[in-house]
Amino acid sequence: MKTVSVQDAVAMIPDGATLMIGGFMAVGTPERLMDELVRQDKRNLTVIANDTAKPGLGIGKLVDAGLVSRTIASHIGLNPETQRQMIAGKMAVDLVPQGTLVERVRAGGCGLGGVLTPTGVGTLVEEGKQKIEVDGKSYLLETALHADFALIHAFLADYSGNLSYVLTARNFNPVMAMAASTTIVTVDHIVPVGLIAPDHVVTPAPLVDFLVTKG
Amino acid sequence: MDAQTIIAKRIARELQSGMLVNLGIGIPTLVANYLPDGLNVFFQSENGLIGTGQMAEEGMEQPFLTDAGGRPVTALPGASTFDSAMSFGLIRGGHVDMTVLGGLQVDAKGHLANWMIPGKMVPGMGGAMDLVTGARRVIVAMQHTAKGKPKILEKCTLPLTSIRPVDLVVTDMAVIAFPNGRATLMETAPGVSVTDVIANSEAELVVPNSVPEMKV
Repeated sequence: MKTVSVQDAVAMIPDGATLMIGGFMAVGTPERLMDELVRQDKRNLTVIANDTAKPGLGIGKLVDAGLVSRTIASHIGLNPETQRQMIAGKMAVDLVPQGTLVERVRAGGCGLGGVLTPTGVGTLVEEGKQKIEVDGKSYLLETALHADFALIHAFLADYSGNLSYVLTARNFNPVMAMAASTTIVTVDHIVPVGLIAPDHVVTPAPLVDFLVTKG
Repeated sequence: MDAQTIIAKRIARELQSGMLVNLGIGIPTLVANYLPDGLNVFFQSENGLIGTGQMAEEGMEQPFLTDAGGRPVTALPGASTFDSAMSFGLIRGGHVDMTVLGGLQVDAKGHLANWMIPGKMVPGMGGAMDLVTGARRVIVAMQHTAKGKPKILEKCTLPLTSIRPVDLVVTDMAVIAFPNGRATLMETAPGVSVTDVIANSEAELVVPNSVPEMKV
Protein backbone atom coordinates (compact mmCIF):
# COMPACT_ATOMS: atom_id res chain seq x y z
CA MET A 1 0.00 0.00 0.00
CA LYS A 2 1.19 3.50 -0.90
CA THR A 3 -0.29 6.73 0.33
CA VAL A 4 -1.17 9.29 -2.29
CA SER A 5 -2.81 12.73 -2.55
CA VAL A 6 -6.24 12.86 -4.12
CA GLN A 7 -4.75 14.79 -7.08
CA ASP A 8 -2.05 12.18 -7.75
CA ALA A 9 -4.54 9.32 -7.27
CA VAL A 10 -6.82 10.66 -10.01
CA ALA A 11 -3.87 11.60 -12.24
CA MET A 12 -3.16 7.83 -12.55
CA ILE A 13 -6.57 7.27 -14.17
CA PRO A 14 -6.48 7.73 -17.96
CA ASP A 15 -9.36 8.85 -20.16
CA GLY A 16 -11.35 5.79 -21.26
CA ALA A 17 -10.69 3.85 -18.04
CA THR A 18 -13.16 1.34 -16.58
CA LEU A 19 -13.99 2.24 -12.98
CA MET A 20 -15.79 0.27 -10.30
CA ILE A 21 -17.18 2.79 -7.83
CA GLY A 22 -18.52 1.75 -4.43
CA GLY A 23 -21.64 3.18 -2.85
CA PHE A 24 -25.42 2.88 -2.83
CA MET A 25 -27.17 6.14 -3.69
CA ALA A 26 -23.82 7.82 -2.87
CA VAL A 27 -23.69 6.32 0.64
CA GLY A 28 -20.18 4.83 0.76
CA THR A 29 -19.06 6.52 -2.48
CA PRO A 30 -15.55 8.12 -2.41
CA GLU A 31 -16.86 11.66 -2.86
CA ARG A 32 -13.40 13.32 -2.96
CA LEU A 33 -12.37 11.11 -5.89
CA MET A 34 -15.60 12.06 -7.71
CA ASP A 35 -14.83 15.77 -7.26
CA GLU A 36 -11.25 15.30 -8.45
CA LEU A 37 -12.30 13.27 -11.53
CA VAL A 38 -14.51 16.21 -12.47
CA ARG A 39 -11.74 18.77 -11.76
CA GLN A 40 -9.24 16.83 -13.91
CA ASP A 41 -11.93 16.31 -16.58
CA LYS A 42 -11.34 12.57 -17.12
CA ARG A 43 -13.51 11.58 -20.07
CA ASN A 44 -15.04 8.59 -21.81
CA LEU A 45 -15.23 6.61 -18.56
CA THR A 46 -17.00 3.28 -18.12
CA VAL A 47 -18.60 3.15 -14.68
CA ILE A 48 -19.60 -0.08 -12.94
CA ALA A 49 -21.69 0.74 -9.88
CA ASN A 50 -25.00 -0.06 -8.24
CA ASP A 51 -26.56 3.23 -9.36
CA THR A 52 -25.67 6.74 -10.54
CA ALA A 53 -27.03 8.44 -7.39
CA LYS A 54 -28.64 11.75 -8.28
CA PRO A 55 -27.48 15.00 -9.90
CA GLY A 56 -24.83 16.76 -7.82
CA LEU A 57 -24.15 13.74 -5.62
CA GLY A 58 -21.65 10.87 -5.81
CA ILE A 59 -21.44 9.33 -9.29
CA GLY A 60 -24.08 11.85 -10.35
CA LYS A 61 -21.28 14.45 -10.43
CA LEU A 62 -19.49 12.47 -13.16
CA VAL A 63 -22.74 12.18 -15.11
CA ASP A 64 -23.47 15.92 -14.76
CA ALA A 65 -20.01 16.72 -16.18
CA GLY A 66 -20.57 14.40 -19.17
CA LEU A 67 -17.59 12.20 -18.27
CA VAL A 68 -19.34 8.82 -18.51
CA SER A 69 -19.79 7.06 -21.85
CA ARG A 70 -21.00 3.72 -20.49
CA THR A 71 -22.66 2.67 -17.24
CA ILE A 72 -23.23 -0.85 -15.92
CA ALA A 73 -25.69 -0.50 -13.03
CA SER A 74 -28.83 -1.97 -11.48
CA HIS A 75 -30.81 1.23 -11.07
CA ILE A 76 -30.73 4.71 -12.64
CA GLY A 77 -34.30 5.71 -11.80
CA LEU A 78 -33.36 8.41 -9.29
CA ASN A 79 -31.02 10.23 -11.69
CA PRO A 80 -33.00 11.95 -14.47
CA GLU A 81 -29.75 13.23 -16.04
CA THR A 82 -28.50 9.64 -16.58
CA GLN A 83 -31.82 8.81 -18.22
CA ARG A 84 -31.64 11.94 -20.39
CA GLN A 85 -28.12 11.09 -21.62
CA MET A 86 -29.15 7.47 -22.24
CA ILE A 87 -32.17 8.52 -24.32
CA ALA A 88 -30.05 11.10 -26.20
CA GLY A 89 -27.57 8.34 -27.07
CA LYS A 90 -24.70 10.02 -25.19
CA MET A 91 -24.33 7.24 -22.65
CA ALA A 92 -24.73 3.49 -23.07
CA VAL A 93 -26.46 1.91 -20.06
CA ASP A 94 -26.43 -1.82 -19.28
CA LEU A 95 -29.01 -2.62 -16.61
CA VAL A 96 -28.16 -5.66 -14.50
CA PRO A 97 -30.19 -7.10 -11.58
CA GLN A 98 -28.52 -5.93 -8.36
CA GLY A 99 -27.78 -9.40 -7.03
CA THR A 100 -26.34 -10.42 -10.39
CA LEU A 101 -24.21 -7.26 -10.59
CA VAL A 102 -22.57 -7.84 -7.23
CA GLU A 103 -21.97 -11.53 -8.02
CA ARG A 104 -20.36 -10.62 -11.37
CA VAL A 105 -18.03 -8.25 -9.52
CA ARG A 106 -17.36 -10.87 -6.85
CA ALA A 107 -16.58 -13.45 -9.54
CA GLY A 108 -14.15 -11.01 -11.15
CA GLY A 109 -12.33 -10.54 -7.88
CA CYS A 110 -12.31 -14.20 -6.90
CA GLY A 111 -10.93 -15.77 -10.07
CA LEU A 112 -14.24 -17.17 -11.30
CA GLY A 113 -15.37 -16.97 -14.92
CA GLY A 114 -18.90 -16.14 -13.84
CA VAL A 115 -21.85 -17.35 -11.80
CA LEU A 116 -25.09 -19.26 -12.43
CA THR A 117 -28.18 -17.42 -11.21
CA PRO A 118 -31.92 -18.09 -11.57
CA THR A 119 -32.55 -14.32 -11.57
CA GLY A 120 -33.61 -13.09 -15.03
CA VAL A 121 -34.52 -16.49 -16.50
CA GLY A 122 -37.47 -16.00 -18.89
CA THR A 123 -37.14 -12.18 -18.86
CA LEU A 124 -35.41 -9.59 -21.09
CA VAL A 125 -32.28 -10.16 -18.99
CA GLU A 126 -31.68 -13.60 -20.51
CA GLU A 127 -31.22 -12.27 -24.08
CA GLY A 128 -27.87 -13.30 -25.51
CA LYS A 129 -26.89 -15.37 -22.49
CA GLN A 130 -26.22 -19.06 -22.07
CA LYS A 131 -28.93 -20.92 -20.16
CA ILE A 132 -27.61 -23.86 -18.18
CA GLU A 133 -29.63 -26.55 -16.45
CA VAL A 134 -28.38 -27.93 -13.14
CA ASP A 135 -30.41 -30.64 -11.38
CA GLY A 136 -33.46 -29.75 -13.48
CA LYS A 137 -33.41 -26.03 -12.71
CA SER A 138 -32.55 -23.28 -15.22
CA TYR A 139 -29.86 -20.70 -14.57
CA LEU A 140 -28.25 -17.90 -16.57
CA LEU A 141 -24.49 -17.82 -16.98
CA GLU A 142 -23.50 -14.32 -15.90
CA THR A 143 -19.88 -13.54 -16.66
CA ALA A 144 -17.31 -11.93 -14.36
CA LEU A 145 -16.62 -8.18 -14.38
CA HIS A 146 -13.18 -6.57 -14.05
CA ALA A 147 -12.12 -2.94 -13.91
CA ASP A 148 -8.95 -0.93 -14.34
CA PHE A 149 -9.57 0.89 -11.06
CA ALA A 150 -11.78 0.28 -8.03
CA LEU A 151 -12.65 3.50 -6.22
CA ILE A 152 -13.57 2.57 -2.67
CA HIS A 153 -14.68 4.41 0.46
CA ALA A 154 -14.21 2.90 3.94
CA PHE A 155 -14.72 4.23 7.47
CA LEU A 156 -11.31 3.31 8.91
CA ALA A 157 -7.94 2.45 7.39
CA ASP A 158 -4.96 1.65 9.56
CA TYR A 159 -1.44 2.72 8.55
CA SER A 160 -0.91 -0.61 6.76
CA GLY A 161 -4.14 -0.32 4.71
CA ASN A 162 -6.53 -2.66 6.52
CA LEU A 163 -10.11 -1.39 6.08
CA SER A 164 -13.33 -1.48 8.05
CA TYR A 165 -16.67 -0.06 7.00
CA VAL A 166 -19.64 1.49 8.77
CA LEU A 167 -23.35 0.55 8.63
CA THR A 168 -24.88 0.68 5.13
CA ALA A 169 -21.82 2.43 3.63
CA ARG A 170 -20.24 -1.01 3.12
CA ASN A 171 -22.48 -2.23 0.24
CA PHE A 172 -20.41 -2.87 -2.94
CA ASN A 173 -17.11 -1.54 -1.54
CA PRO A 174 -15.38 -4.67 -0.16
CA VAL A 175 -16.48 -6.71 -3.18
CA MET A 176 -15.15 -4.15 -5.67
CA ALA A 177 -11.88 -3.78 -3.73
CA MET A 178 -10.98 -7.24 -5.07
CA ALA A 179 -12.04 -6.87 -8.70
CA ALA A 180 -9.82 -4.17 -10.26
CA SER A 181 -6.19 -3.98 -11.37
CA THR A 182 -5.66 -1.01 -9.04
CA THR A 183 -7.63 -0.25 -5.88
CA ILE A 184 -7.75 3.35 -4.60
CA VAL A 185 -9.33 4.02 -1.21
CA THR A 186 -10.58 7.08 0.64
CA VAL A 187 -11.54 6.82 4.32
CA ASP A 188 -13.10 8.90 7.07
CA HIS A 189 -10.27 8.18 9.52
CA ILE A 190 -6.71 6.88 9.27
CA VAL A 191 -5.71 5.15 12.52
CA PRO A 192 -2.68 3.33 14.01
CA VAL A 193 -2.10 -0.33 13.19
CA GLY A 194 -3.85 -2.46 15.81
CA LEU A 195 -6.79 -0.16 16.29
CA ILE A 196 -8.86 -2.25 13.88
CA ALA A 197 -8.95 -5.68 15.52
CA PRO A 198 -8.11 -8.56 13.15
CA ASP A 199 -11.69 -9.83 13.40
CA HIS A 200 -13.01 -6.41 12.37
CA VAL A 201 -10.88 -6.01 9.25
CA VAL A 202 -13.21 -6.46 6.27
CA THR A 203 -10.76 -5.63 3.47
CA PRO A 204 -7.24 -6.89 4.25
CA ALA A 205 -4.35 -4.49 3.54
CA PRO A 206 -2.81 -6.39 0.58
CA LEU A 207 -5.93 -5.57 -1.48
CA VAL A 208 -5.37 -1.82 -1.12
CA ASP A 209 -2.93 -0.32 -3.64
CA PHE A 210 -3.37 3.37 -2.80
CA LEU A 211 -4.74 5.07 0.29
CA VAL A 212 -5.69 8.70 -0.30
CA THR A 213 -4.32 10.98 2.41
CA LYS A 214 -6.26 13.72 4.17
CA GLY A 215 -6.12 17.26 2.92
CA MET B 1 -59.36 4.98 4.90
CA ASP B 2 -57.40 5.77 1.73
CA ALA B 3 -56.29 3.15 -0.80
CA GLN B 4 -52.68 2.99 0.38
CA THR B 5 -53.67 2.54 4.04
CA ILE B 6 -56.11 -0.28 3.21
CA ILE B 7 -53.40 -2.10 1.24
CA ALA B 8 -50.66 -1.60 3.85
CA LYS B 9 -52.88 -2.63 6.79
CA ARG B 10 -54.06 -5.78 5.03
CA ILE B 11 -50.52 -6.84 4.14
CA ALA B 12 -49.35 -6.20 7.72
CA ARG B 13 -51.69 -9.05 8.73
CA GLU B 14 -49.46 -11.43 6.76
CA LEU B 15 -46.48 -10.72 9.05
CA GLN B 16 -45.49 -13.37 11.57
CA SER B 17 -43.03 -13.25 14.44
CA GLY B 18 -39.43 -14.05 13.55
CA MET B 19 -39.85 -13.39 9.82
CA LEU B 20 -37.12 -11.75 7.73
CA VAL B 21 -39.01 -9.31 5.49
CA ASN B 22 -37.95 -7.01 2.65
CA LEU B 23 -40.23 -4.08 1.86
CA GLY B 24 -39.95 -2.23 -1.44
CA ILE B 25 -40.29 1.52 -1.94
CA GLY B 26 -43.72 3.21 -1.90
CA ILE B 27 -46.84 1.49 -0.51
CA PRO B 28 -44.75 -1.53 0.66
CA THR B 29 -42.75 0.72 3.03
CA LEU B 30 -46.01 1.70 4.77
CA VAL B 31 -46.59 -1.93 5.84
CA ALA B 32 -44.05 -1.51 8.67
CA ASN B 33 -46.28 1.21 10.21
CA TYR B 34 -49.00 -1.39 10.88
CA LEU B 35 -46.86 -4.12 12.43
CA PRO B 36 -49.19 -5.79 14.97
CA ASP B 37 -48.23 -5.17 18.64
CA GLY B 38 -45.89 -7.74 20.15
CA LEU B 39 -44.74 -9.11 16.80
CA ASN B 40 -40.98 -9.29 16.33
CA VAL B 41 -40.13 -8.98 12.64
CA PHE B 42 -36.72 -8.36 11.06
CA PHE B 43 -36.87 -5.87 8.21
CA GLN B 44 -34.08 -6.06 5.61
CA SER B 45 -32.88 -3.16 3.50
CA GLU B 46 -31.06 -4.66 0.53
CA ASN B 47 -28.29 -2.05 0.72
CA GLY B 48 -27.00 -4.09 3.65
CA LEU B 49 -29.09 -3.93 6.83
CA ILE B 50 -31.26 -6.26 8.91
CA GLY B 51 -33.12 -4.53 11.72
CA THR B 52 -34.22 -1.45 9.80
CA GLY B 53 -36.21 0.89 12.05
CA GLN B 54 -38.36 3.95 11.44
CA MET B 55 -37.09 7.02 9.60
CA ALA B 56 -34.55 9.00 11.62
CA GLU B 57 -35.86 12.07 13.45
CA GLU B 58 -34.87 15.40 11.96
CA GLY B 59 -31.43 16.33 13.25
CA MET B 60 -30.69 12.71 14.23
CA GLU B 61 -29.89 11.39 10.73
CA GLN B 62 -26.72 9.30 10.34
CA PRO B 63 -25.44 9.76 6.76
CA PHE B 64 -24.15 6.16 6.62
CA LEU B 65 -27.44 4.58 7.71
CA THR B 66 -30.01 4.61 4.95
CA ASP B 67 -32.64 2.34 3.44
CA ALA B 68 -32.65 1.06 -0.14
CA GLY B 69 -34.28 4.32 -1.25
CA GLY B 70 -31.36 6.26 0.23
CA ARG B 71 -33.49 7.75 3.04
CA PRO B 72 -32.05 8.12 6.55
CA VAL B 73 -33.43 5.38 8.77
CA THR B 74 -32.70 4.03 12.24
CA ALA B 75 -31.46 0.59 13.26
CA LEU B 76 -33.19 -1.42 15.98
CA PRO B 77 -31.39 -3.24 18.83
CA GLY B 78 -29.98 -6.45 17.38
CA ALA B 79 -29.48 -4.96 13.90
CA SER B 80 -26.70 -6.23 11.64
CA THR B 81 -24.98 -4.85 8.55
CA PHE B 82 -23.27 -6.62 5.65
CA ASP B 83 -22.13 -6.13 2.07
CA SER B 84 -24.27 -6.39 -1.08
CA ALA B 85 -23.10 -9.94 -1.93
CA MET B 86 -24.37 -11.18 1.46
CA SER B 87 -27.53 -9.10 1.11
CA PHE B 88 -28.46 -10.70 -2.22
CA GLY B 89 -27.29 -14.10 -1.02
CA LEU B 90 -29.97 -13.74 1.65
CA ILE B 91 -32.52 -12.80 -1.02
CA ARG B 92 -31.70 -15.37 -3.73
CA GLY B 93 -30.83 -18.07 -1.22
CA GLY B 94 -34.37 -18.29 0.18
CA HIS B 95 -33.51 -16.74 3.55
CA VAL B 96 -35.96 -13.85 3.13
CA ASP B 97 -39.36 -15.13 4.30
CA MET B 98 -41.46 -12.47 2.64
CA THR B 99 -41.08 -9.53 0.27
CA VAL B 100 -43.60 -6.84 -0.58
CA LEU B 101 -43.18 -4.98 -3.87
CA GLY B 102 -45.11 -2.52 -5.98
CA GLY B 103 -46.54 -3.61 -9.33
CA LEU B 104 -47.41 -2.23 -12.75
CA GLN B 105 -49.22 -5.38 -13.95
CA VAL B 106 -49.96 -8.88 -12.64
CA ASP B 107 -51.37 -11.55 -14.91
CA ALA B 108 -53.80 -14.44 -14.44
CA LYS B 109 -50.98 -16.84 -13.61
CA GLY B 110 -49.38 -14.48 -11.08
CA HIS B 111 -46.57 -13.12 -13.22
CA LEU B 112 -45.45 -9.64 -12.16
CA ALA B 113 -44.23 -6.77 -14.33
CA ASN B 114 -42.87 -3.88 -12.30
CA TRP B 115 -39.54 -2.66 -13.63
CA MET B 116 -39.97 -0.87 -16.94
CA ILE B 117 -42.31 0.65 -19.52
CA PRO B 118 -40.45 0.36 -22.83
CA GLY B 119 -39.85 3.77 -24.39
CA LYS B 120 -41.24 5.60 -21.36
CA MET B 121 -39.74 4.62 -18.04
CA VAL B 122 -36.51 2.63 -17.75
CA PRO B 123 -35.34 3.04 -14.15
CA GLY B 124 -33.69 -0.38 -13.95
CA MET B 125 -34.75 -3.42 -11.98
CA GLY B 126 -32.60 -2.74 -8.91
CA GLY B 127 -33.20 -5.66 -6.57
CA ALA B 128 -36.71 -6.52 -7.80
CA MET B 129 -35.79 -9.46 -10.07
CA ASP B 130 -33.73 -11.12 -7.34
CA LEU B 131 -36.46 -10.56 -4.74
CA VAL B 132 -39.26 -12.02 -6.86
CA THR B 133 -37.08 -14.95 -7.90
CA GLY B 134 -35.66 -15.78 -4.48
CA ALA B 135 -37.89 -14.69 -1.60
CA ARG B 136 -40.00 -17.45 -0.02
CA ARG B 137 -43.22 -15.47 -0.31
CA VAL B 138 -43.85 -12.60 -2.73
CA ILE B 139 -46.67 -10.12 -2.12
CA VAL B 140 -47.59 -7.35 -4.53
CA ALA B 141 -49.00 -4.11 -3.15
CA MET B 142 -50.69 -1.97 -5.80
CA GLN B 143 -53.77 0.00 -6.77
CA HIS B 144 -56.27 -2.22 -8.55
CA THR B 145 -56.40 0.06 -11.60
CA ALA B 146 -54.23 2.81 -13.10
CA LYS B 147 -56.17 5.79 -14.55
CA GLY B 148 -59.22 3.52 -14.71
CA LYS B 149 -57.42 0.77 -16.61
CA PRO B 150 -57.09 -2.72 -15.08
CA LYS B 151 -53.66 -3.82 -13.83
CA ILE B 152 -54.76 -7.42 -13.26
CA LEU B 153 -54.48 -8.70 -16.82
CA GLU B 154 -54.94 -12.01 -18.64
CA LYS B 155 -51.31 -11.66 -19.76
CA CYS B 156 -48.79 -8.95 -18.88
CA THR B 157 -48.00 -6.61 -21.78
CA LEU B 158 -44.93 -5.13 -20.02
CA PRO B 159 -41.62 -7.01 -19.56
CA LEU B 160 -41.81 -9.52 -16.70
CA THR B 161 -39.80 -9.15 -13.52
CA SER B 162 -39.54 -12.93 -13.09
CA ILE B 163 -41.18 -16.08 -14.41
CA ARG B 164 -41.74 -17.12 -10.80
CA PRO B 165 -45.40 -16.29 -10.01
CA VAL B 166 -46.18 -14.11 -7.00
CA ASP B 167 -48.11 -15.53 -4.04
CA LEU B 168 -50.53 -12.74 -3.18
CA VAL B 169 -51.74 -9.47 -4.65
CA VAL B 170 -53.33 -6.91 -2.32
CA THR B 171 -55.07 -3.94 -3.90
CA ASP B 172 -57.50 -1.27 -2.70
CA MET B 173 -60.31 -3.51 -4.04
CA ALA B 174 -59.29 -7.10 -3.43
CA VAL B 175 -56.94 -9.81 -2.26
CA ILE B 176 -55.99 -12.22 -5.04
CA ALA B 177 -54.04 -15.47 -4.72
CA PHE B 178 -52.98 -18.04 -7.33
CA PRO B 179 -53.90 -21.56 -6.19
CA ASN B 180 -53.45 -24.05 -9.06
CA GLY B 181 -51.87 -21.27 -11.12
CA ARG B 182 -55.11 -19.27 -11.58
CA ALA B 183 -55.96 -15.80 -10.23
CA THR B 184 -58.52 -16.40 -7.50
CA LEU B 185 -60.50 -13.77 -5.62
CA MET B 186 -59.85 -14.36 -1.91
CA GLU B 187 -61.28 -11.20 -0.31
CA THR B 188 -62.93 -7.93 -1.28
CA ALA B 189 -62.17 -4.55 0.31
CA PRO B 190 -64.80 -2.96 2.58
CA GLY B 191 -67.62 -1.55 0.43
CA VAL B 192 -66.43 -3.29 -2.73
CA SER B 193 -68.55 -6.02 -4.35
CA VAL B 194 -67.37 -9.09 -6.22
CA THR B 195 -68.96 -7.57 -9.34
CA ASP B 196 -66.89 -4.39 -8.86
CA VAL B 197 -63.66 -6.39 -8.69
CA ILE B 198 -64.52 -8.42 -11.79
CA ALA B 199 -65.45 -5.25 -13.70
CA ASN B 200 -62.09 -3.71 -12.85
CA SER B 201 -59.98 -6.76 -13.71
CA GLU B 202 -59.13 -7.93 -17.21
CA ALA B 203 -58.01 -11.40 -16.07
CA GLU B 204 -60.79 -13.89 -15.57
CA LEU B 205 -60.88 -14.43 -11.82
CA VAL B 206 -61.83 -17.69 -10.14
CA VAL B 207 -64.55 -16.70 -7.65
CA PRO B 208 -65.26 -19.09 -4.77
CA ASN B 209 -68.84 -19.43 -3.47
CA SER B 210 -68.08 -17.23 -0.52
CA VAL B 211 -65.66 -14.29 -0.68
CA PRO B 212 -65.07 -12.72 2.74
CA GLU B 213 -64.47 -9.01 3.33
CA MET B 214 -60.88 -7.89 3.88
CA LYS B 215 -60.09 -7.27 7.55
CA VAL B 216 -58.18 -4.01 7.95
